Amino acid sequence: MRLTVTVNGERREVDGLWEGESLLYALRERLGLPGSKNACEQGECGSCSVYLDGTLVCSCLVLAGQAEDREVQTVEGIAPDGALHPVQSAFVETGAVQCGFCTPGLIVASHDLLRRNPRPTDPEIREALAGNLCRCTGYEKILDAVRLAGERILETQTAAQAGSKQVCDTSLGGAV
Amino acid sequence: MRTTPLPRPAPAPVQRPGVVGETTTRIDGGPKVKGEFEYSSDLWADGMLWGATLRSPHPHATIWSIDISRALALPGVYAVLTHEDVPGRKVYGMEIPDQPVLAWERARYQGEAIALVAADHPETARRACDAIDVAYEVLEPLSDPERAMAADAPKLHLSGNVLRHITLRHGDQAATADVVMTGEYEVGSQDQAFLGPESGLAVPDGDGGVDLYIATQWLHVDRDQLAESLGLSPEQVRLTMAGVGGAFGGREDLSMQIHACMLALHTDRPVKIVYNREESFFGHVHRHPCRMHYEHGATRDGELVYVKARIVLDGGAYASSSTAVCSNAACFACGPYNVPSATVDCSVVYTNNPPCGAMRGFGAVQVAFGHESQMDKLAAALGIDPVELRIKNALAPGHRLPTGQVVREPAPVAELLERLRAMPLPPDASPGPRDLRELPGGVSNTTHGEDVRRGIGYGVGFKNVGFSEGFDDYATARVALSLDGDGDPLVSVHTAAAEVGQGVVTVQAQIARTELQVERVAVLTADTQVGSAGSSSASRQTYMTGGAVKMACEAVRERLLQRVADHAGLDPFDLSLAGGAVIDSRGETVATLAEALVSAPIEETVEFHHAETYPLDENGQGDAHLQLAFSAHRAVADVDTRLGLVRVVELATTQEVGKALNPQALDGQIDGGSAQGLGLALLEEIQIRDSQVLNASFTDYLLPTILDMPPVKKQVLEHPDPDAPYGLKGVGEPPNISTPPAVVAALRSACSRELARIPVRPEQLAGIDEPRRSRPPAPGSRGPAGARPTRS
Repeated sequence: MRLTVTVNGERREVDGLWEGESLLYALRERLGLPGSKNACEQGECGSCSVYLDGTLVCSCLVLAGQAEDREVQTVEGIAPDGALHPVQSAFVETGAVQCGFCTPGLIVASHDLLRRNPRPTDPEIREALAGNLCRCTGYEKILDAVRLAGERILETQTAAQAGSKQVCDTSLGGAV
Repeated sequence: MRTTPLPRPAPAPVQRPGVVGETTTRIDGGPKVKGEFEYSSDLWADGMLWGATLRSPHPHATIWSIDISRALALPGVYAVLTHEDVPGRKVYGMEIPDQPVLAWERARYQGEAIALVAADHPETARRACDAIDVAYEVLEPLSDPERAMAADAPKLHLSGNVLRHITLRHGDQAATADVVMTGEYEVGSQDQAFLGPESGLAVPDGDGGVDLYIATQWLHVDRDQLAESLGLSPEQVRLTMAGVGGAFGGREDLSMQIHACMLALHTDRPVKIVYNREESFFGHVHRHPCRMHYEHGATRDGELVYVKARIVLDGGAYASSSTAVCSNAACFACGPYNVPSATVDCSVVYTNNPPCGAMRGFGAVQVAFGHESQMDKLAAALGIDPVELRIKNALAPGHRLPTGQVVREPAPVAELLERLRAMPLPPDASPGPRDLRELPGGVSNTTHGEDVRRGIGYGVGFKNVGFSEGFDDYATARVALSLDGDGDPLVSVHTAAAEVGQGVVTVQAQIARTELQVERVAVLTADTQVGSAGSSSASRQTYMTGGAVKMACEAVRERLLQRVADHAGLDPFDLSLAGGAVIDSRGETVATLAEALVSAPIEETVEFHHAETYPLDENGQGDAHLQLAFSAHRAVADVDTRLGLVRVVELATTQEVGKALNPQALDGQIDGGSAQGLGLALLEEIQIRDSQVLNASFTDYLLPTILDMPPVKKQVLEHPDPDAPYGLKGVGEPPNISTPPAVVAALRSACSRELARIPVRPEQLAGIDEPRRSRPPAPGSRGPAGARPTRS
């Protein structure tokens, strides 16, 4: 099978897929993007979270063929090369990363939450991230990270609205 | 000639860590948040094949034949291997090599590996496994550990079914007490549930040897077992740490290591094996299920007189680290209390259940649920506040453990409890309508507050840090101080310590920064090119590898000062390091590091051995343990007493840490350990019926989510241990030990039920069913709960 898909803004074509391959498998093994993680491959842990046409999905539950001619954004595409999105830097700074296997999924899910709701309450953060399992952190510092990222994004947006500064890499305007 | 270029780890990144005691963010944080960190399941090599494992569907069976011909004939299949293809020793095991690399004649647990396939696609490999014809004769599984101990039970191993029995006798064995309290308790099997599945890449070197890129807790013990079973010398088996997606004890035993290497050597191609989640449940050992019978004797005013305990751990089909888990359960059975007389019998036995071994807390977790439940029961019977009863009996320096070992400083059990009790409680539930998300059942809308009761409970626990019972526990570190290409000083640290998420890479960098006063540090990828670091387990790695790095830095510093002293004609004892220079006693610079190192770098390799420990004698007596770590937890929980649903409102904890090397990382250990403890108390159990696993998935094995975890309030004590590097104590395991009893105590106080088994199920809380109570006692057990033991 041949797959044509736009990933992180780049049009990609791969040949020789078996029809049963998941989007997660195609990303990791065919497209050289192993950032999305294979913790359960059952749609329970959220570690494989990506955007598919702007919607947060578990890429393990999507067949690669379903992504034909569609746009996928993975954790590798959340920020440009060499830069960190505020969600990413907040995870590092607050200690929300330990083994890090859940982290890519949590980055994408938190990014999705904050673009919809940059000032979430704690119950809203918990609700939004309830589909992402973490085994190391007890989630305490993940909450810290999302709160911090939200604050920073709001600050940047406020500054941008005041016209004092051009914002580009921290924009949450569109996921893809 | 090598068939494929080896995957090259990127050069070690240079970091600028804080000194010891300062929060330092992790060097791998950036790559991890960007999805660029390379885990063992992310590896890839040209020409790589995929390995898969055929596993026994039966927990107990005779294997009459294995026919691989249909599988081998499938297009895309490169190899199908069975036990006949194991080049060296056909069994493996860290302590007792009793587990077949691939089963022959007999399968002893559901999921036991039978055959291997290498194919050009994982799906081809899976289908080839399905095409292997195994003729099994299904045997009745030996599922009950008590039954396995009976004289007439079928023997699962030639050595018999009792893997280890510890008899511990301390103090007056005829002691009597005013008040006697008995109880029976049970702990289910917990899974480590690390998120990164077992995986790795084996690359043949073309000369008969192999390179393995692997996620593990202990490279060298893997290598030694690999070499034995592959029939190679240790030098022919080289291991490099790949990114580890969590461990918690579950990566101490081998999983796919030998299998991947066998397939790679057989096909002369790189072979990658990645388990899926279901296979992961069968691919690693679990926490031992445990049954405990306790009897506590106390004076009327609440002084413990004696503790008697009979403990049975289900070791499952193979030994793993069961004998050490058994020792811990016996040694810590009485809890962190001053117990004048102790009578403990602790057994670990073979059954046809899934093999059990290391998991965070390692034997101390199970018994903490027992001894803490007993302390609460005793407090209620005596009419004493449960925290007061614990403080009254708290273990302190100078006391003797039930093993006879004298407790050394610091052991502030009373202080931990007093500080914990003084921490403010969360506010009571507000009257009036409540946010559903604050209630048990959450947005399932099962209650608006009716039938919801709040409970508060306490628990305290302890365990050993480092390996015990005379094991020569050591770690190796190689430290080099040099000038980089720009002529700037750089410290390189090379150890084999497994970074499993806990932050040991950062801690090594902090120690190097502290000891050599050099801002830039590179911690090299862990591999077997340097000596063993021992395991990232037993809360030991900061103590042991941290201790080794400190010692190696001191050796480097000594040589540096000697070199400068020789050159300047000074006494090295008058020199010291400060601000990137060697200074004299007046603070004047004698030489900058750049000047001192321009002739040659300085490199030292050291082995750090911890103080000697000793075996337990026939009465369970001996100075078996290096260091003891303590923590206490308080849980506040709301229980819907009608539906049996729980919301834990808050956890609070105090822990003696000696010295917080990286406070943020330490917090993370406490949070994470508390979450795993909460999981064991409320959710997590590998459900086993007739030795068959019923829930090998994250759909059915319930892990705490962010909705289940309450805030965790933390207070750490820093009373230094004079014998430990920087005075530190191991910190990883204690939170997992003291959380479950605290949570269950809170539930008991909310619903007034006995709750003798964890994880607690809704039906227990709602009083519909107390599972252990309603069953008849198993053969060989001492009868129903509360019955007096027959042996005094």
